[in-house]
Amino acid sequence: MSTTPQEDLGSILGHFGPYGGRFVPEALIGALEELETAHRTAQEDPSFVAELAELHRTYTGRPSILTEAKRFAEHAGGARIILKREDLNHTGSHKINNVLGQALLTKRMGKKRIIAETGAGQHGVASATAAALMGLECVVYMGEEDTKRQALNVARMKLLGAEVIPVTTGSRTLKDAINEAMRDWVTNVETTHYMLGTVAGPHPFPTMVRDFHKIIGEETREQVLALTGRLPDAVLACVGGGSNAIGIFHRFISDPSVRLIGLEAGGDGVETGRHAATITGGTPGVLHGTRSYVLQDANGQTVESHSISAGLDYPGVGPEHAYLHDIGRTEYRAITDEQAMHAFALLSKTEGIIPAIETAHALAGALQVGNELGKDAIIVINLSGRGDKDVQTAAQYFGIPLD
Amino acid sequence: MTALDQLFVKVRAENRAALIAYIPAGFPSQAGCEKVIQTFIDAGVDAIEIGFPYSDPVMDGPTIQAAAVTSLENGTGAAEVMSALKVATDGGVAAVVMTYWNPIERYGVEEFAEAIAANGGSGVITPDLTIEESVAWLGATKQNSINPIYVIAPSTSDARMPKVTAACGVFVYAASLMGVTGARNSVSSGAADLVARIRTTTGLPVAVGLGVSTREQAQGVAAYADGVIVGSAFIKALQDAPNEEAGLAAVKELATELAKGVREGR
Repeated sequence: MSTTPQEDLGSILGHFGPYGGRFVPEALIGALEELETAHRTAQEDPSFVAELAELHRTYTGRPSILTEAKRFAEHAGGARIILKREDLNHTGSHKINNVLGQALLTKRMGKKRIIAETGAGQHGVASATAAALMGLECVVYMGEEDTKRQALNVARMKLLGAEVIPVTTGSRTLKDAINEAMRDWVTNVETTHYMLGTVAGPHPFPTMVRDFHKIIGEETREQVLALTGRLPDAVLACVGGGSNAIGIFHRFISDPSVRLIGLEAGGDGVETGRHAATITGGTPGVLHGTRSYVLQDANGQTVESHSISAGLDYPGVGPEHAYLHDIGRTEYRAITDEQAMHAFALLSKTEGIIPAIETAHALAGALQVGNELGKDAIIVINLSGRGDKDVQTAAQYFGIPLD
Repeated sequence: MTALDQLFVKVRAENRAALIAYIPAGFPSQAGCEKVIQTFIDAGVDAIEIGFPYSDPVMDGPTIQAAAVTSLENGTGAAEVMSALKVATDGGVAAVVMTYWNPIERYGVEEFAEAIAANGGSGVITPDLTIEESVAWLGATKQNSINPIYVIAPSTSDARMPKVTAACGVFVYAASLMGVTGARNSVSSGAADLVARIRTTTGLPVAVGLGVSTREQAQGVAAYADGVIVGSAFIKALQDAPNEEAGLAAVKELATELAKGVREGR
């Protein structure tokens, strides 16, 4: 295993260059230190590693397969398009990788209750699933706006035994759900683990969540080499907080020939101000316990983000992405709602795979990058989630009557 | 020596605790905030904490969250915070600013400390700035002779506590309980133990915040702490009043009662 510079930096109080760190109320420091220790010792404990690997194999369904998207590729300049099928994981997205790891850590720390935030509901469903599997109490905070956009996932979480608390403060979306979860955690930290769903938040979350998702890139690299005999030219993933992107990027960071491209939610267009493209359109700042790029105004107030995709509708981004961007190792582009929905429909009709709207942003990016690189290129896309939860939103968008 | 340092010398000599009152800049309005500050001074408040309203206040309960929303809708930014600070210090009372970290970073760390000093402020309370991330801030506050003030929580370990109190100037802010800001029926019994633990690490005054809203509670806390911090109770009085005049009257009544409470503790 190669050691990347990022791993070294990540070990020093969770900094990635000037980004990352820990900006939280003092009440949480003890819990963050406990979690950091639990994560570090677990990674070196063969029984933990074996237990997680067994869950991946027998519960999640790992390794996830590769699918070559030949008909979709015709629209992408004829480049070879390969999909990493995280949508086929149990619960329908990459999010399960992280929650199983964190649920095992929760048990090791002797805590009985987990709280989680969710935007699209994918992380909430995954958290509720892991809690059911391991006998933990689960409370999910979800912006009231998102509970309406994602009513089906609210029902799924309840069926799994979780309590879903609609958040009515602020923009009533993912950002405010995180605020409420942090307030709960400050109050109940002795008994409760905060199962943060992305590579943001205070140290150790960005490092720990990445470690639980890096299996995506490790599998992908081996599978692509076996399938094509060489490394891909580009690896693409959508970026909200950035967990699926870091998960697939991480193993490729030390392969300089592989371009790593994150696709952010451009909403109505970055120039309109109505978007969630944090790296493309934001500035360095502190939000939710970490320093990274933030959508903010001149007074440092967080600006509300906009995206058709609830899962990308977040005005922050993981600090490792900010660092990788600044050193030029990764690239980020904004994809508008319209471009994403075009790609959503195209993959559905050409490949028989309905992607999550979040993931559709990466697919739209592949249409651009494929046309830029041409037919000899090999492009891997992290197909991070399936679109069952988005059927209602898509039906409305495309004017398909539901009655 | 800042005005707040001098205040703690004075209240120690008087064998009582100081009453520290919190109000967000721009709440209930820009002009209304100035009237609240004057009301605090008239009622015998010893020091004032001006809040910088923030979009994502994770340490605050519903009362202060709602006040922050109102204040931001009233257009409050750094200029309005500094202006409110100046109103307090011009009124002859010691004052500090309480703010989450990002507004400081956005304003400029050096520049923010300079502006606090220029407006007569004695220090800044930073509830989400950890000591590990404080190198630039400690330099800037020292350079401008103002006090960095950190919060100690009941969960702060014995090993960590002296590091945090060593970074504090003027006083240590003891959070009475694990939780967010807001009035409560009783002040946590753990607060006295926490203050005692803090005193083993520092000779600085210790002020207790979170949950104090009545004369009796202020009296109880004043028995063992050097300062009693009240925030949500004042905001609730303003929010519950039918109009601004009635709100100010309620603030005056509450502040007068609390000022008695901090003098009755020992």
